[in-house]
Amino acid sequence: MNNYIIGILVSNLSGVLSRVSGMFTRRCFNIDSLTVGETDSSEFSRITIAFHGTSHDKEQIVRQLEKLYDVKEIEVLDEHNSVIRELALIKIRNTEESRSAIMTAVEVFRSKIVDYSPTTLVCELTGELSKINAFIELVRPYGIIEMDRTGIVAVERGENCLKTEAAD
Amino acid sequence: MMLSGAKIVVETLIEQGCDTVFGYPGGQVINLFDELYVNRNRIRHVLTAHEQGAAHAADGYARATGKTGVVIATSGPGATNLVTGIANAQLDSVPMVAITGNVPCALIGRDSFQEVDIVGVTMPVTKHNFIVKDVTKLADTIRLAFKIAKSGRPGPVLVDIPKDVQIAKCEFKSEPSPIIPFPLTFADDGKLREAARLINSCERPYIYFGGGIITGAASEELIALSEKTDAPMGCSLMGLSAVPTDNPHFLGMQGMHGHYASSVAEDEADLVIALGARFSDRATGDKNRFSKNFKIIHIDIDSAEIHKNIPAFLGIQGDIKDALTRLLAMVEKKDRRTWHERIAELRAEEQRRLESAESHHFTKDCSSCTAHCNKSGNSECSVISPYDIVDAVSRHADKNAIIVTDVGQHQMWTAQRYPFKKPRTFLTSGGLGTMGFGLGAAIGAAVATGRRTVLFTGDGSFGMNLNELATAVSTNTPVIIVIMNNGVLGMVRQWQTLFFDKHYSNTTLERKTDFVKLADAFGAEGARASTPEELEKVLEAAFASDKPFVVDCAVYCNEFVLPMLPPGGSIDDIITEIK
Repeated sequence: MNNYIIGILVSNLSGVLSRVSGMFTRRCFNIDSLTVGETDSSEFSRITIAFHGTSHDKEQIVRQLEKLYDVKEIEVLDEHNSVIRELALIKIRNTEESRSAIMTAVEVFRSKIVDYSPTTLVCELTGELSKINAFIELVRPYGIIEMDRTGIVAVERGENCLKTEAAD
Repeated sequence: MMLSGAKIVVETLIEQGCDTVFGYPGGQVINLFDELYVNRNRIRHVLTAHEQGAAHAADGYARATGKTGVVIATSGPGATNLVTGIANAQLDSVPMVAITGNVPCALIGRDSFQEVDIVGVTMPVTKHNFIVKDVTKLADTIRLAFKIAKSGRPGPVLVDIPKDVQIAKCEFKSEPSPIIPFPLTFADDGKLREAARLINSCERPYIYFGGGIITGAASEELIALSEKTDAPMGCSLMGLSAVPTDNPHFLGMQGMHGHYASSVAEDEADLVIALGARFSDRATGDKNRFSKNFKIIHIDIDSAEIHKNIPAFLGIQGDIKDALTRLLAMVEKKDRRTWHERIAELRAEEQRRLESAESHHFTKDCSSCTAHCNKSGNSECSVISPYDIVDAVSRHADKNAIIVTDVGQHQMWTAQRYPFKKPRTFLTSGGLGTMGFGLGAAIGAAVATGRRTVLFTGDGSFGMNLNELATAVSTNTPVIIVIMNNGVLGMVRQWQTLFFDKHYSNTTLERKTDFVKLADAFGAEGARASTPEELEKVLEAAFASDKPFVVDCAVYCNEFVLPMLPPGGSIDDIITEIK
């Protein structure tokens, strides 16, 4: 089992996300995280999917996705040569006793406090998966009330990029 | 020219070369059907008894001609009734365009009367699908649907058109000619050279081909390759009719109910050349055991098929006709005498096992039979052997006749036995295994080609969609329907006999259906045959008739399809005789 991240450029149409995620469901592949958003061209969206599987699984996933009409470009990203980020918003219980420990964690992890109430505080954290997971484990004892993670976004370093020409 | 959406659909279908559509009217396609009425001299609409029959008819039309089949249905139940037919086309790579009506855009999402999200429903069983909410995009979407359906590995495409889009008007400009498919992928030259090197240096090559040979119109190239490399060949169910059955290099269908010689020859080969085939579990059996003894060269138009089920030593994506033409120039002419001596032994062994199994079959014991097929109450039924039925039909039918099957034992007996001469003369539901496929498909094929069409079916399969007998009569399509009537769901019963301790759970049909009277009730002709002599007479009448004709043949309920590789088993477990 390996972890993979693929970037997919798709037509910016309704239903495309169902087609892509449906392929994973139908063929029994697991999605670890999925993000989607419009690109610099309104014609295309970019989907980033993280998944784990064998190299055979990865080949099948890419080949099957390539067959979808709305998939325009697809690439398996090399994790050593890509910038990979995730953003998390974590709401933590705010008490006299825990406040300073949380503040220290926020500082060390270069997180930000983006909301503060007498009983709660919300941290915003950006980084690679391992960093976010480590932060969550660190603050868990203080009481995580809720959290939301964006899933992975990733681009390759340098000139390498996922691009397709706009339709005629 | 300002045209309504409904008119644009019909004009675009005609522009795409569509001469016949199959369908069923309803509230949300009434505008479209109005245009079909106005244009009835330019495009033929075949009304079926049920939308599923229409989808199978469009499928049969496509399989028999290679053209894209078109089916039209209304929203809701009309659309969902197409689903089996669409999935069937998807699994067998048949080009099809399905057009459905839907409720007006403003009513979508409100659970309106006869509203169904058919795009959502059919997403996993189509090559692609669309909902058109803007009439100005309608013509191009239908063109694109035809383009996608026909390109590369073909498949079904659904276009859902809300009623208000059918009514709305916009400027329409007809294209001078049907749309051209996306450019084909051609095989890499270096890889073809590597393939040629492997073929030239191997000792025991075996060609395993599938339906891709028929879709890619590569029969001649395949036969030339097998001759030049002196390689025996066998095929999947979908590959049947790609080469004449009597081709000296052809050993028959392989796999679960394949010929003994082809399955064993493949296992003893040192190189398997897979062409336009996808290593279905029915063709390979146990995947871990399957390719133990040989290397595989796999050539297919669909790159996702390469390494999907069975890892290939060399995988090549490309159009099969082009790849074979180029490969043919690279391979050396061979005379593989030793290999063919072994093949001759396997053929002889197959014949021996066949005769031994047949001699066993004809000791019928009706005391243990639960099928109530014993009409006369004798200790032995008066029945005809399935192979004799297939042989008798093949004697009457000419080489252009289109042979269609449903799904089950009769399908396998036909696949094993029928002497096919030309591509696209065998239409069967391979991938999805759809009981009830046959009659609709036979009507579609007959309507498309005007040729004699024979449907082999069973009393189980026929019972599923026999309503289409009404269509055969109303369209005056002289389909001959040969029912192998054994009173049981024979294929499942066979599994129950072998693997479930003869617990015949719900496979014994305690029906009293009189198929001859049924044919008469529908306005068709029919006759029963319980002996080979009777069958001969009935077939004479059937082939002389210009009406749909039901031939009800009595078949013994404990007849088995042999050989059989048990599900998940391998060539080591082949069953050629029932003790």
